[in-house]
Amino acid sequence: MMKNFFLRGFAVFAFSLASLAQAQLRVETSGVGATQIPIAIAGFADETLAPQQVTAIVKADLARSGYFKIIDTGNTMSETTPVNYGEWKAQGADALVVGSVQRLADGRYDVRYRLLDTVKASNLSGFGQVAGPDRLRVAAHKIADDIYEKLIGVRGAFATRIAYVTKAGNEYRLEVADSDGEGTQVALRSNEPIISPTWSPDGTKVAYVSFENKKPVVYVQDLTNRQRIAVANYRGSNSAPSWSPDGSRLAVALSRNGYTQVYSVNADGSNLRQLTNTNGIETEPQFSADGQFIYFTSDRSGGPQIYRMSANGGDAQRVTFNGSYNISPRVSPDGKNLAYISRREGRFQLYIMDLQNGQEMRLSDTTRDESPSFSPNGKYIMYATEAGRRGALAVVSVDGRVKHRLTTQTGDIREPTWGPFMK
Amino acid sequence: MRNTTTLAVILAGVFSLTACGSSVKLDDNVKVEDRTGAASTADARTIAPVTTGSTDPLNDPKGILAKRSVYFDFDSFIVKDEFKPVVDAHAKYLAANKGRKIVIQGNTDERGGREYNLALGQKRAEAVRKSLSLLGVSDAQMEAVSFGEEKPKAQGSDEAAWAENRRADLAYQ
Repeated sequence: MMKNFFLRGFAVFAFSLASLAQAQLRVETSGVGATQIPIAIAGFADETLAPQQVTAIVKADLARSGYFKIIDTGNTMSETTPVNYGEWKAQGADALVVGSVQRLADGRYDVRYRLLDTVKASNLSGFGQVAGPDRLRVAAHKIADDIYEKLIGVRGAFATRIAYVTKAGNEYRLEVADSDGEGTQVALRSNEPIISPTWSPDGTKVAYVSFENKKPVVYVQDLTNRQRIAVANYRGSNSAPSWSPDGSRLAVALSRNGYTQVYSVNADGSNLRQLTNTNGIETEPQFSADGQFIYFTSDRSGGPQIYRMSANGGDAQRVTFNGSYNISPRVSPDGKNLAYISRREGRFQLYIMDLQNGQEMRLSDTTRDESPSFSPNGKYIMYATEAGRRGALAVVSVDGRVKHRLTTQTGDIREPTWGPFMK
Repeated sequence: MRNTTTLAVILAGVFSLTACGSSVKLDDNVKVEDRTGAASTADARTIAPVTTGSTDPLNDPKGILAKRSVYFDFDSFIVKDEFKPVVDAHAKYLAANKGRKIVIQGNTDERGGREYNLALGQKRAEAVRKSLSLLGVSDAQMEAVSFGEEKPKAQGSDEAAWAENRRADLAYQ
């Protein structure tokens, strides 16, 4: 039964990929959640007339999450079609999704959806959205978000976006895509390396490190209007940007006075302040969820370990103790967990630590993992790994049960950053 | 002092060449004047330039200054003894040529995180910068930067490639 579902889930997925000729990323899913909610999703009335098939995107999102068992209804049902709840309940569906996609006179689409509880024979949720042809994917992701939230109790993150770096030949690109890897857009092209992109909390900007001036310089680029400013271009190397939760400041790593140290700077490049002052490496600063602390990587004990200090600098407490190489701290959105990369027996792998009791768990079984990034709902971590000697992106649920991998047709894909919730 | 002597030698050479040329041209002058007015300037006032090889030791492909890389052991930031003559030579050159500037570019092998490797590469560049500074090179002539693992000279994932990439380069600007 489980195997059946899985094959079918994969077939649906393959179809949605094939229907998007422009898709550049390929997604492979493995593993399922601890429990799966059986949900029937009917075709939306008239959706086949729109450039994107809304329910195919909704199904792929829910299947990929690992927490749903999709039941294909094989028919079309609009939000006004009378529903025989008992029939769906008999088919094993706890919930039923219906809707419609109507083209409006101005070329946009009216997308309506309804989530029905077959057990209680009642309406659980539903809404209408008006979207241009280029926003139908977002409209579909928002429906998946609503279903996820109503049935799982956690806000969905399907309508969020990711940014990452690709390298093909001598060209580096900073790209933005939907959280499922579709709808890719190029934000920056360069013949020199780009590393460490990170979304601003409002989702309109990305900070990153570019080597276009023959040295690492930290830029902030407004994705909406092409404007970019060098927020840290000091003597030496400038790197490792991280936004404060309110978006007003960035923590960065600079080597203007010798070895790499942690500083903070206003988002416009003003008001530089030095936060660490040691005779070693202090880098990869990351604000805590409440903005009160900065987690960072330091080699003060000999090898790299993760520490925590006040966001204003001062004394630091060591956070990681297992293994001789722990780097790239990322705090979960609720502030309770820390994701990081640890080297154990020569393998660089993704770990997660409960910050209250220090318990850690390994989440990946690959060997060259880097650059973790939490989904804004805290349920998943995206990270860079290797597949077939090429850079690939992987996603794992924080309980380690659900895994996906995103690869490109050619070249490397690396340095993922998961964007925030947006309206 | 040495410069004055060199100039004198060059001037003497130019003078003797000019003198030599004029003596040969006694016969030629008649023929040339028969032709065009333009060619008639090739006379005793001609300057025949002579170019010696560059005297800038930096451009000598066989000199020690042609060596511009310092290699490091795994996880190390110490300038090994075998590279001290190279660092010494560049320090002397930079001290004597205050107008020259260099960027010291630190590199690492591909293993480990990109940002941590950037900081490791910086440590290597900084080790070379400190050595040059101790040998009298002014801070204004040097900048230490890091490429981390981003610009590997050797591709590949074996010890030979890794060793080649654990390196700081001196790049004259």
